[in-house]
Amino acid sequence: MEFTEIVQTLRDTHGEDILSVEPDVGDAWVEVPAELWPEVALSLRDDNRLGFDFLNCVSGVDYLEPDPKKVAKVDWEPHIEVVYHLSSLRLGHRLTLKIIVPRWRDDAAGQLPQVPSVAGVWSTADWHEREVYDLVGVEFTGHPDMRRILCPEDWEGHPLRKDYEMPLEYHGIRGR
Amino acid sequence: MAHLLNQIFDWFAAWLGGSVANDSVAGYVVAALIYLALLLNLVAVGALVFIWLERKVSGRIQDRLGPTRVGGKFGWLQTLADGIKLLTKEDLIPGDADKLLFRIAPYVGFCASLSAFIAIPFAGRDFPFVAQHLNVAVFFVLAVMGLEVFAVILAGYASASKWSLFGAMREAAQVVSYEVPMGLCVVVPVMLAGSMDLVHIGDKQQGWFTNWYLFHDPFTFIVFWVYFTCGTASVNRAPFDLAEAESELVAGFHTEYSGLRWSFFFMAEYGSMLAVSLLAAILFLGGWNGPIPVASLLGLTWHNGPLVGYLGNFLGMLNVLAKAFLLVTVMMWVRWTLPRLRIDQVMTTCLKYCTPIAAAMFVGAALWHMTLPDRVFAGLLQSPAANRLLAEPLPGDSIQLDLQTVEAATIARGGRP
Amino acid sequence: MTTAQTIEIDVRTDEMLVNMGPQHPSTHGVLRLVLRTDGEVVSEVMPHIGYLHRCAEKIGENLTARQWVPYTDRMDYLAGMNMNLGWALAVEKLMDYQVPERGRHLRVIIAELGRIASHLVGMGAYGLDLGTFSPFLYAFREREKILDLFEEVCGARLTYSYLTVGGATADFPPGWLEKCEAFLDQFVPVIDEYHALLTTNAIFIKRTAGVGLLSAEMAIDYGCTGPVLRGSGVDYDLRRDGEPIYTSMYEGYDYEVICQRAGHYPKDQEYPPVPIEAVLGDCWHRFYVRMLEVVQAIGLVRQAMAKYRASDGSFGEPMKLNQKLPKGEVYLETESPRGQMGFGLVSNGTAIPWRARARSSCFCNLSVVSELCRGCLIADVPAIVGSLDIVMGEIDR
Repeated sequence: MEFTEIVQTLRDTHGEDILSVEPDVGDAWVEVPAELWPEVALSLRDDNRLGFDFLNCVSGVDYLEPDPKKVAKVDWEPHIEVVYHLSSLRLGHRLTLKIIVPRWRDDAAGQLPQVPSVAGVWSTADWHEREVYDLVGVEFTGHPDMRRILCPEDWEGHPLRKDYEMPLEYHGIRGR
Repeated sequence: MAHLLNQIFDWFAAWLGGSVANDSVAGYVVAALIYLALLLNLVAVGALVFIWLERKVSGRIQDRLGPTRVGGKFGWLQTLADGIKLLTKEDLIPGDADKLLFRIAPYVGFCASLSAFIAIPFAGRDFPFVAQHLNVAVFFVLAVMGLEVFAVILAGYASASKWSLFGAMREAAQVVSYEVPMGLCVVVPVMLAGSMDLVHIGDKQQGWFTNWYLFHDPFTFIVFWVYFTCGTASVNRAPFDLAEAESELVAGFHTEYSGLRWSFFFMAEYGSMLAVSLLAAILFLGGWNGPIPVASLLGLTWHNGPLVGYLGNFLGMLNVLAKAFLLVTVMMWVRWTLPRLRIDQVMTTCLKYCTPIAAAMFVGAALWHMTLPDRVFAGLLQSPAANRLLAEPLPGDSIQLDLQTVEAATIARGGRP
Repeated sequence: MTTAQTIEIDVRTDEMLVNMGPQHPSTHGVLRLVLRTDGEVVSEVMPHIGYLHRCAEKIGENLTARQWVPYTDRMDYLAGMNMNLGWALAVEKLMDYQVPERGRHLRVIIAELGRIASHLVGMGAYGLDLGTFSPFLYAFREREKILDLFEEVCGARLTYSYLTVGGATADFPPGWLEKCEAFLDQFVPVIDEYHALLTTNAIFIKRTAGVGLLSAEMAIDYGCTGPVLRGSGVDYDLRRDGEPIYTSMYEGYDYEVICQRAGHYPKDQEYPPVPIEAVLGDCWHRFYVRMLEVVQAIGLVRQAMAKYRASDGSFGEPMKLNQKLPKGEVYLETESPRGQMGFGLVSNGTAIPWRARARSSCFCNLSVVSELCRGCLIADVPAIVGSLDIVMGEIDR
């Protein structure tokens, strides 16, 4: 199935809130509002025409320009994208899907943004969502075990955020 | 030997104007010490040689050289270098360990392994090379070797480590169950020889290799392999090395041991390997009687004088040791070839295969022994006449058990018949 | 009506938590498994990872695309060449650059040799997990020869950084192809040795057949890839089913995706038969798929060498260290020996990626371990973990 057909199938079931972006360079992607994500995920997997039985990857990308001199140059507001790469082993097509959330929930620093978990739809998401939570700082609601996975459990901060500062000390170990 | 020593003491004492009785304690004590020193040397040097051999064998099996440098050629002093390294290692006892048991365990294991050698003869006939000639030697050796399991359990329990405890429990389960088929296997040669005396069992197999109990009948042939399997299992060698299963239990019962205590476990392991192999050699492979009766052919028997007989016995000792070494090498070969079994598979092998096979073979061997004359099976390989020519009367055979005499003697001592 | 009643007469036992790792001989590095056991029976396995986390993705955000190549072969250090290839292809996808034909054949030679080397370690280390030491050294003996070949090509034996964005850092040295040919000729008969030592060994079959059963549905659900997926009978290999930029490398090659179809492996009469005890999706099948993939890889290398000799022209021009990337984002998965290794790249138009992402194959393969180990024996845990053939460097990145 071609990308446009996939988008059309999704729009038919879930309405026009599903955006699609086809840039000149790189992969095209679908943008899904966070609140629609659980049902979209289910239909992606269970719809016979889509058949996305395989979740390749979940990654988080932080969009924030830490350098104040360059802030003016960027054409986006600070936000975080959670990117899902899906593929169908049966039908052989692929899909990139994004959920865009603010960097902090309610703009209060320290309140992690929330995205519904799809660990119940694809078990791959279980560990991958934990990794995104750990490194980028996105909370997945409804995840069975939302803990850090790569960093120690008492680690502070989310290293892949652009404004992350390496701690000077961790349990007596010099950080820098 | 004690009497000989006492005579020598007496001779010295006569010099000083005294005398020593023929059955004086001194002779027994000194004799015991000499035996102990010899056996200790056998086990310790044996372990040294075996560890070197294991390295060389494994090296060759794995397409590499093994040790090459220490001691000039072939790295033959490698084990000594290892020993020095182990001596200088930090002696660690875990904080939570039961200190006394932790310290005792390796020595218990080593003693159990060493004690087995007390009753194992290295040559037979009129002057058997054995520390203590027991008429229940088979029973004694099996019983004492079973004691080694205590060391493992103590070590596992005292280490205060879960991995050690796992290893100890596995060992307990394994060794206790493997004693059943092993006992059944050992009973077969005992039955054929009509004695539990290892010297007697060995002497019964004199002559050509066709007289070995291995070739007595088809059943004993199978029994030998069952015995060897169970023996391997009872000394925790691969594929039955579950107690120390490196990839699962880190190092099993000796996870927390280091330095000299650790090396004592290894001495015990190699000692047990040697003991089991010696037992196999005596029970099934003719003991000190070589494949070709060189000693008898050359006339190195006790009929031609004690010195010549002694030389014959010495050849016999080399013979039995060579067989044991060969079996130990086979154990090494197996270890470096096969993967490890799982604990349930080890128990299955014991209870579902080894035990029934051993029991059936025991019955078969008994029926064969009852119905067919001796050495019929071997006769297929060689004419019985040649065999009979070489078979000399045994010292044990001259003592006919006369029931009436025994009864009369018992009554004469005031006992009841 | 009376209800059936089960009376259990048993010694009451307590469960015990045992830490397997991070310092344990058979956890392939620094994996920590917390086992909840009742005696020898494991009721639950909780994997803890991250002991080898080196912030590779964060580093990737501070280096140019080509500068990050050396970091990729430190992820899966047993298949560094294949990792280099994965990242190189992802960047090339963003730049919309196709490596010349000669360079593609060169990459196939190197990638498939890397696959052989990696599967040899997987096979040998699996023997080690099951308590036999010799196959490990037999495997390493042959792997050393591949490493010698790699060393001649790029000067490194473990972390190559040889295949790079735009092609490779250098062409093969003169006489290398003959040496590679000679290696393959002597390697083919050695495979029978491995089959004798492991694949057909009775104890090996007892330890692996029917153990760690992974159904095809579960494998897909958990995102398992590579030999783990194909060992469950799923016919999926990115060399055939991947994105065009990757599959074009393998166009015109004659090879088969190793997986059991209708109860048969491709050309299975040439290899040891599947034992009766083995069930599709168990440890034995995963191991067997790896062994057969080695044979396929040999065929691929031979074909690639012929094609490489026949082609002329450039093998590709390595990209400049500080070349600017076009603005955009890409994600590309390649079939690395352990499974589908994905590299993602978000670029804002500068030379340094805004975000570099590495999707680890072992990460997903390992996530299924707690499902596989439910109710197995302690001895099965190394057997199952070993059959997944994990590399912690790749999981923790």
